Amino acid sequence: MTYTSERPPIAESSDSLRARIPGWGADLDPKDRPSVPKLQWQEDKTGAHWEFPERQPEKWPRERSIEHAFLTPVFGTSCPPKGLSGALRKYSYRKYSEGRAAHWLLLLAADRVDAWESHLRSFATLRPDNPITETGVLSEFTRHGFSSRVGKKRADVKHHLVDPVIVAGPWVLAAGLAYSAVRKVVRWRRR
Amino acid sequence: MRAMVYRGPYKIRVEEKDVPAIEHPGDAIVRVTLAAICGSDLHLYHGMMPDTRVGMTFGHEFIGVVEEVGSGVQNLKRGDRVMVPFNVFCGTCWFCARGLYSNCHNVNPNATAVGGIYGYSHTCGGYDGGQAEFVRVPFADVGPTLIPDWMDDEDAVLLTDALATGYFGAQLGEIVEGDVVVVFGAGPVGLFAAKSAWLMGAGRVIVIDHLENRLEKARTFAHAETCNFTEHDDIVVHLKKLTGHLGADVAIDAVGAEADGNLTQHFTSAKLKLQGGSPVALNWCIDGVRKGGTVSVMGAYGPMFSAVKFGDALNKGLTLRMNQCPVKRQWPRLFEHIRNGYLKPSDIVTHRIPLEHIAEGYHIFSAKLDGCIKPLIVPNAG
Repeated sequence: MTYTSERPPIAESSDSLRARIPGWGADLDPKDRPSVPKLQWQEDKTGAHWEFPERQPEKWPRERSIEHAFLTPVFGTSCPPKGLSGALRKYSYRKYSEGRAAHWLLLLAADRVDAWESHLRSFATLRPDNPITETGVLSEFTRHGFSSRVGKKRADVKHHLVDPVIVAGPWVLAAGLAYSAVRKVVRWRRR
Repeated sequence: MRAMVYRGPYKIRVEEKDVPAIEHPGDAIVRVTLAAICGSDLHLYHGMMPDTRVGMTFGHEFIGVVEEVGSGVQNLKRGDRVMVPFNVFCGTCWFCARGLYSNCHNVNPNATAVGGIYGYSHTCGGYDGGQAEFVRVPFADVGPTLIPDWMDDEDAVLLTDALATGYFGAQLGEIVEGDVVVVFGAGPVGLFAAKSAWLMGAGRVIVIDHLENRLEKARTFAHAETCNFTEHDDIVVHLKKLTGHLGADVAIDAVGAEADGNLTQHFTSAKLKLQGGSPVALNWCIDGVRKGGTVSVMGAYGPMFSAVKFGDALNKGLTLRMNQCPVKRQWPRLFEHIRNGYLKPSDIVTHRIPLEHIAEGYHIFSAKLDGCIKPLIVPNAG
């Protein structure tokens, strides 16, 4: 047992486990484990036929970590930075390394700004954002929302009620402010 | 093409986007035939990962057919049926040369601390992902592999992340014959880690979660003992009792950033975004493993700091091991295990959702409705 040099016994022997569980012990020898040891020289370069990759054309000044010596030869081109959120992102990359909390907090702030910029922009299109369809919340009625939670001893149910507040709260607030602003304008024009 | 598009926290929709173009001679364009939603996609969906931009297409688990190749591609041709690891990697940088494909230094300008991942924010390189009809695949000669004729599509898509990651997590546990292995989290990665622990000779595998349907899957699919942490005042004490007060030899965190079980941790991370992740499961690993034991971290965390109990880890002399999985390095051995019948990854799939209904798919997976364990996304469900 634990308070002596003896190890607490295991209920089932290796032979019994091998008989019961398909493949038990197939990788018992660490040599059969592909990530042991951690660093292993890859002679085949997994198909690469270059020493350093050709550079992908940079179509706009690509934001990058200041911990990099240069822009990596290949990079993603999804969603170039734009608007206020883009300015925040570019500033964060230009100013702070990954080691600084300010870098990540600014990026997170930019994400929230980006969402609101995009929501507002969508209202000027034929397809405005729709929090009902985009949250998929209607699946609560078709995919057993109630019975999936009630009586299930789930630890997460206690904070599920917060999610609608997080998602809908800013929309309700924005709608209230818009209504208030419109009412003030109408009253002002009637005077 | 039709593609899933992020519209802000908890909001996604399907939009018409341009088919991706070849941007580098080593690129391929792949027509996606099957994709999946990963548990870590939920961190993006909930707005936890910094630099997740509105308009991005998520999805790092996908398979498909090569539609077009760049002028420099030698190993693939149009029409090839391929599986694509979630890592974007070059094959020749210092890290790739040593097999750390998930830590490639040539594919992510936005951060040096993480490699490139499809559809996983600009923090992971700004690549659109595979929850779409088409996707750009950089370094097509390096990452993708032809899907063997004998392999099912659903098994193949789970090899692109979930199975490889669970198997990798068990390896990082440095399991020796007879070890007691505890796995926190009975989601796809936890189930595969538990199953893989047996391959490495574990003497006992205990899976801990709070969702009964997932624990049932851990018993039937992964042959594991299970424990619902909501039934115990203190899961660490319970674990000590289960292991003769020694603690587990190996503990695997297969939960990551949105762990439940401690409301303060969950709120300050998942809701208020003040931590990189809620390290509840990680702290349970640290406290539940025996002194001198090993903790393997497979759950995903953001780049910000988290309230981890490093003092206990130090005082217990623990070995902490972690990484994003270098997927392609796992494949030859995993192909053997699947062919030998030791692993059948598609057994954990619970939902097959048309791309057009992906918003519902994310909600079902996020809110754990309908017994959801692993949802697949079908781009052309007709």
